Amino acid sequence: MSQVQISLKVNGEKVSALVEPRLSLVDFLRQNLDLTGTHVGCEHGVCGACTILFNGEIVRGCCLLAVQAEGGEVVTIEGMADDARTRALQTAFHERNALQCGFCSPAMLLTARELLHENPQPSRDEIRDFLSGNYCRCTGYQAIVDAVETVSKNVDATA
Amino acid sequence: MSNERTPVTSLDLPVSYIGRSVARPNAARLLAGRGTYVDDVKASRVLHVAFLRNPHAFARIVSIDASRASGIDGVVSVVTAADLKDVCKPWVGVLSHFAGLRSETQGPLADGVSYWQGESVVAVAATSRAIAEDALGEIEVAFEELEPSVDMDAALQSDAAPIHAAFGSNLCFERRVNAGSVDEGFAQAAIVVEKDFSFARHTGVTLEPRSILAEFNPADRMLTIHHSSQAPQMMARIAAMHFGLAEHQVRVICKDVGGSFGVKIHIYPDEMTAIALAIKLGRAVKFVADRLESFVTDIHAREHRVRGRIGLSKTGEIVALEIDDRTGIGPYSMYPRTSAVEANQVLNITGGPYRIANYRGRARVAFQNKVPTSQYRAVGHPIACAVTEGLIDAAGRALGIDPFDLRLRNVIRDDAYPAVNAIGLKFEGLSHELCLAKLKKLMDYDGLRRLQAESRARGAHLGIGIGVFIEITSPGPEFYGVGGAPISAQDGCSVRLDPGGNAVCHIGTTEQGQGTDTIMAQIVASALGVTMDRVLIVSGDTQASPYGGGTWASRGAGIGGEAALQAAVKLKNHILKLAGIFLQADPAALDIVENAIVDRDTRNERIAMSELARIAHFRQDELPKDVSPELVATHNYTPRQYPFAFTNGAQGSLVEVDMATGFVKLLKHWVVDDCGTPINPLLIEEQIRGGVVQGLGGALYEECLYDERGQLLNGSLAGYLLPMAGEMPDISIAHAVTPTKEGALGAKGAGEAGVAAAPAAVMNAINDALAPFGAEITTLPMTPERILRSLGKIN
Repeated sequence: MSQVQISLKVNGEKVSALVEPRLSLVDFLRQNLDLTGTHVGCEHGVCGACTILFNGEIVRGCCLLAVQAEGGEVVTIEGMADDARTRALQTAFHERNALQCGFCSPAMLLTARELLHENPQPSRDEIRDFLSGNYCRCTGYQAIVDAVETVSKNVDATA
Repeated sequence: MSNERTPVTSLDLPVSYIGRSVARPNAARLLAGRGTYVDDVKASRVLHVAFLRNPHAFARIVSIDASRASGIDGVVSVVTAADLKDVCKPWVGVLSHFAGLRSETQGPLADGVSYWQGESVVAVAATSRAIAEDALGEIEVAFEELEPSVDMDAALQSDAAPIHAAFGSNLCFERRVNAGSVDEGFAQAAIVVEKDFSFARHTGVTLEPRSILAEFNPADRMLTIHHSSQAPQMMARIAAMHFGLAEHQVRVICKDVGGSFGVKIHIYPDEMTAIALAIKLGRAVKFVADRLESFVTDIHAREHRVRGRIGLSKTGEIVALEIDDRTGIGPYSMYPRTSAVEANQVLNITGGPYRIANYRGRARVAFQNKVPTSQYRAVGHPIACAVTEGLIDAAGRALGIDPFDLRLRNVIRDDAYPAVNAIGLKFEGLSHELCLAKLKKLMDYDGLRRLQAESRARGAHLGIGIGVFIEITSPGPEFYGVGGAPISAQDGCSVRLDPGGNAVCHIGTTEQGQGTDTIMAQIVASALGVTMDRVLIVSGDTQASPYGGGTWASRGAGIGGEAALQAAVKLKNHILKLAGIFLQADPAALDIVENAIVDRDTRNERIAMSELARIAHFRQDELPKDVSPELVATHNYTPRQYPFAFTNGAQGSLVEVDMATGFVKLLKHWVVDDCGTPINPLLIEEQIRGGVVQGLGGALYEECLYDERGQLLNGSLAGYLLPMAGEMPDISIAHAVTPTKEGALGAKGAGEAGVAAAPAAVMNAINDALAPFGAEITTLPMTPERILRSLGKIN
């Protein structure tokens, strides 16, 4: 299969690669760039485990092709190490045990970060509603809701 | 000395992590996106497997033409059943203690006949998954479709065509239990209630699909398997048995596992094919199931129909109970745990919390042409519990007795232990009365009843339901080992002192996110007298750990925890003996507290652990010539006094049912759980909440839908509904504590308690809301459509 040249920014670094047009963006990140923090759970856009930031918005990495990312900017969980809101969420998730197997967690964190960006003081119902595109099979969700709520109430952490 | 069991509990330790809600040290890595799941592991020259799967429920394989596929660039191997016969020895999923249990021989790929839609027929190994999938399109298989056996009751009819001709029928296993005088009991009953319950097939849906990376080195004949699995030691033994290797030639590594729930404890043909290809080709082979493959090859579970009958006296004493359970398990009994255990546990657990002298049960397990079923979290529990609790509520409504009162009249009394029930289950110590009292208070039950009455006046239909459960945890060798399966009831733990004075603990139990590693660190730190940051837990690697069964059947805390405790106690004794020699003190007058050797009485520090460790490792010259420090201790633990460490508890549910649409809104859920000594309440509670939500999924949403030809209709997450954050209620949890005396730790399991009674509680809550309308539902999942049917609003 013929390959296509793409250039994009991933976690702040310039990346150029030759890829097959059929390669999904999440497979590109995982297989070509070894960014394995983004996970593949369903490959049809339902489970949310492949959530990444594309041009500043959360998207499903399995529902975009790598070639569609041409010229764009991708941020994965690995690129969030210095992001204050993500760190606050990671700390809250850790302390509240808002994860078990951790497979959904990177995506859940990015989705929660997006929620707090859009709505810094969400109600519990609003948190539950916003996170409903991300499946977690282990926790039963309550601890995740608690952790997000904790961060939302800590103004310093979300600044 | 090494055989002595030193009684150590949280009470007699100066500094203890036992009972404390400690955050999991290994969680930070997962939150940073730096976990290592199987698909994250890199191997050189790795090949990827894709499978051509049978599109029919039942078909003869007439011919296979893979010539074009083999010619594609990047395709390294295309194999069928015949190609793997010399590589992989076939298996049969039976256990010898299940009298009459039978199953057909199964191999890595379908051979001649394929028995379910999704079964693998041809495997392609290629340099990428995409190329392997391209090649599948070039393979021509001629199938001759056979008449499938889909419905379990039809399959069990005497004139039904057997799917395995040699067996003469589709009966895989049958068991009957009969205790007391059931017919006399029913004859004396003031009221008899009979109901049919139906439970839909569902599946575990681990978010990380089943994954394997098998690598074979022909030079030293070492097979290394990275596996998303709960039981690496079992997998190593089975791989050795079936691929003609010595056990020490197989290494199984389970790093991070993205959910398991029982799904990842079985031997799957696809994984055996990947291993066979790795051996055949002498290189690394990876298989990661995609979501459709997961739906058609992960075990399913819980497809049961149960007719239940209960008889009560006028004052509400249960005088007789009878169930007839049928289950469809697909075409094969799974290996090596079999597919008969679920029905067996339904028979065992039904009526389990109660004093019932007269109990009769029959379970029939049917072969059919669907995905094989087997053990999924809380095996049999939600079925047994929903049947029992549903019957009790129906009887209570007829007698006009409140659900709490009716249960309190019948549960085994808290002061009656140890107890043996009518069919011989042994209960060391349970707390039904206490849990019911705590649940009633936690729910504010009387307040809820008032709220319900007020809401009804406003046209809102609330329902309140409860369910009492027992939970099987920490099984002994009577569970599987006795039946000939290579499944260990024991677990081993080694703790060694490193030169820095830290404790490195190698253990056979494994971590899938429950926090097993964390509680082991808590136990080792507490028993040894060091802080938790001084403890490293190594698990999930057969070359690193003492032998152990792994993590399943809620055995981590009860069995692995006891092994860890006793190993740490032994190491502590070694260290104190050495300290006594070095300090010229009586070891009995010394202790270890917060990383230092101290005088037991004064707590004055005598020497830091790190200093003693340095001397022990590097300066033996400072010790007497006849002293050779022991720096590691191991303990293997098997529970032998009771076949299971039963736990118990009770759950409550508050729902609102919309009578116009049939929609159910979950308003609140409560759990009281008694898992013995709680090691880490934070982790226990989150495991219980996760279990409740899995139970609610099966009660309300999850169903593998098949058509009459045995085609799975909803093999995607778009069609198969899972609980999401927006639909789930907050779940309040309280604890009762009845430690087991079998081990010094006193811990029992907690992994399945949440699932056990959640469907019962929510079913009873829905029926409580429906009762004023004369409607009732006993078919799960309780979809809006089924609720409207029960209300007579649709046909």
